[in-house]
Amino acid sequence: MQLVEDHIRTLIAADIPIWDVDPYATEVLQTPEPYYTELREKGAFVYIPRYALLACGRYDETREVFSDWERFVSSRGVGLADFHVAKPWRAPSIVLEVDPPYHTRTRTVISRALSPRAVNDLKDAFAAKADALITELLDLGEFDAVDDLAEAFPVSVFPAAVGMREISKRMLVDYGAMAFNALGPENERRSKWLEKASEIVPWIMEQCKRESLSPGGFGATIYAAADADELTEEEAGMLVRSLLSAGIDTTVTGIGNTIWCLGRNPEQFEKLKRDPKLARPAFEEALRYTSPVHSFCRTASVDTTVGGVPISRDTKILCVLGAANLDERKWLNADRFDIERRPTGHLAFGVGIHGCVGQIVARAEAEAILTAIAQKVYSIDIIGEPVWRPNHAIHALDSMRVRFNRR
Amino acid sequence: MTSVTFRSHDGSTVQVNGELGVSLMQTALSNGIDGIVGECGGSAMCATCHVYVDEAFVNLLPPMNDVENEMLECTVSTRRASSRLSCQIRLSRELEGLVVELPETQA
Ligand code: HEM
Repeated sequence: MQLVEDHIRTLIAADIPIWDVDPYATEVLQTPEPYYTELREKGAFVYIPRYALLACGRYDETREVFSDWERFVSSRGVGLADFHVAKPWRAPSIVLEVDPPYHTRTRTVISRALSPRAVNDLKDAFAAKADALITELLDLGEFDAVDDLAEAFPVSVFPAAVGMREISKRMLVDYGAMAFNALGPENERRSKWLEKASEIVPWIMEQCKRESLSPGGFGATIYAAADADELTEEEAGMLVRSLLSAGIDTTVTGIGNTIWCLGRNPEQFEKLKRDPKLARPAFEEALRYTSPVHSFCRTASVDTTVGGVPISRDTKILCVLGAANLDERKWLNADRFDIERRPTGHLAFGVGIHGCVGQIVARAEAEAILTAIAQKVYSIDIIGEPVWRPNHAIHALDSMRVRFNRR
Repeated sequence: MTSVTFRSHDGSTVQVNGELGVSLMQTALSNGIDGIVGECGGSAMCATCHVYVDEAFVNLLPPMNDVENEMLECTVSTRRASSRLSCQIRLSRELEGLVVELPETQA
């Protein structure tokens, strides 16, 4: 058995195209669209020798692999490392990186904490915060859409909804970025980010303790499940931490990317101003168009085929959600950003049993901030070139100077 | 193919043919049935594909898991004994002739 990037190099069918590409190269992570296109054109699956990976980027096959939890398991890790043969860098997530029946137990509790009803109770608070922030940004005129808006807004509402009392924007955003970079290959970027663990992880552990959280938040609901013996105390703490690793950097990215889309497509922003009810569909389309989570892996648990392509057991498969969300086979004029598209079925939140459990909260945050923008901002000017922040699983902006002109 | 009837809140009915193995939620969406939203795309997370299953079929359905049960506690229209999330129902031969009622509102 030969290991590459901590997973097994398996036998690959002779007719699968081989592509000597590095999906984790800085340029690819910053400007992934040409890589997405080429990946889809080469075939349903391609083999990437340097990482001994099968990669898929067409909609149908990506969806099939990503959602079939029996043939393509998450418990062996959603990054490059296979937990059957390698020790994970930290204890794996007890919801994202486990399979049923255990998954059902943790997922039930986390779904309860983040239910539509729980989120509904927060809507007014989200709207008030959004209004105040946009008023502030209009006074500033010019600002950084990442630091001052995309990061500032979720950090001002989400940790409080969890019940956190002490809030550090840098720690919270970097915690997610670190966890997502850890999913990639053992390169310089990964080790640089993992070095931050010694500072970030103890802080997060402290903030997620039962006694650190205020009553009534998502965190308290999860700890209540421990009181009812649905979970152990330790599992409850792990689930609260997974809210922070999965719930901040992702929404930050989703909101930043939406501003980028609206800034570059003024006619779409006009539509949103005319009808602020398009805030939710606009966010959905921005998610499809930019895929904040660009790729996650699965591991084949059996010998199988997908779309006629044979896949051997133990193979790591890179599911490139960003490519699937731009597949012309699925989306008419896939490369056009159109806020009236209603892209039901996009894979930006995943699909199936692991489909994003935080999507109701994410949509509520986006709706609040985009509605405030639609009501108060006349036009959005992007100043200079936006810079993208390379990450092994997240496609996010690093900085984007923007001016909001008052309505 | 499995034939499925959707009865809307006002009593009007639409009959469609759904593909075997596809979820009832997706069948509704691809046939343009108003009254099924399916915002989360089938992850039992948004409770906007709620249906009331006709009595004759309730016992033919796969048992409900805890996640679906939890979500049904959050539906906007009242939960009944026959409530299910249509994203969790896969069409099969046994379900031929399935009838479901749509709730008054999903969101
Ligand atoms: C725009 C924002 C977001 C995006 C794009 C996003 C994306 C995703 C994706 C693609 C998955 C599927 C992973 C897989 O199948 O392997 C997922 C799962 C998950 N997300 Fe999100 N997410 C977002 C916001 C959130 C928020 C706000 C939270 C927490 C409140 C959250 C918590 C989770 C958790 C815990 C899982 C694992 C669920 C499971 O395995 O059952 N996410 N997310």
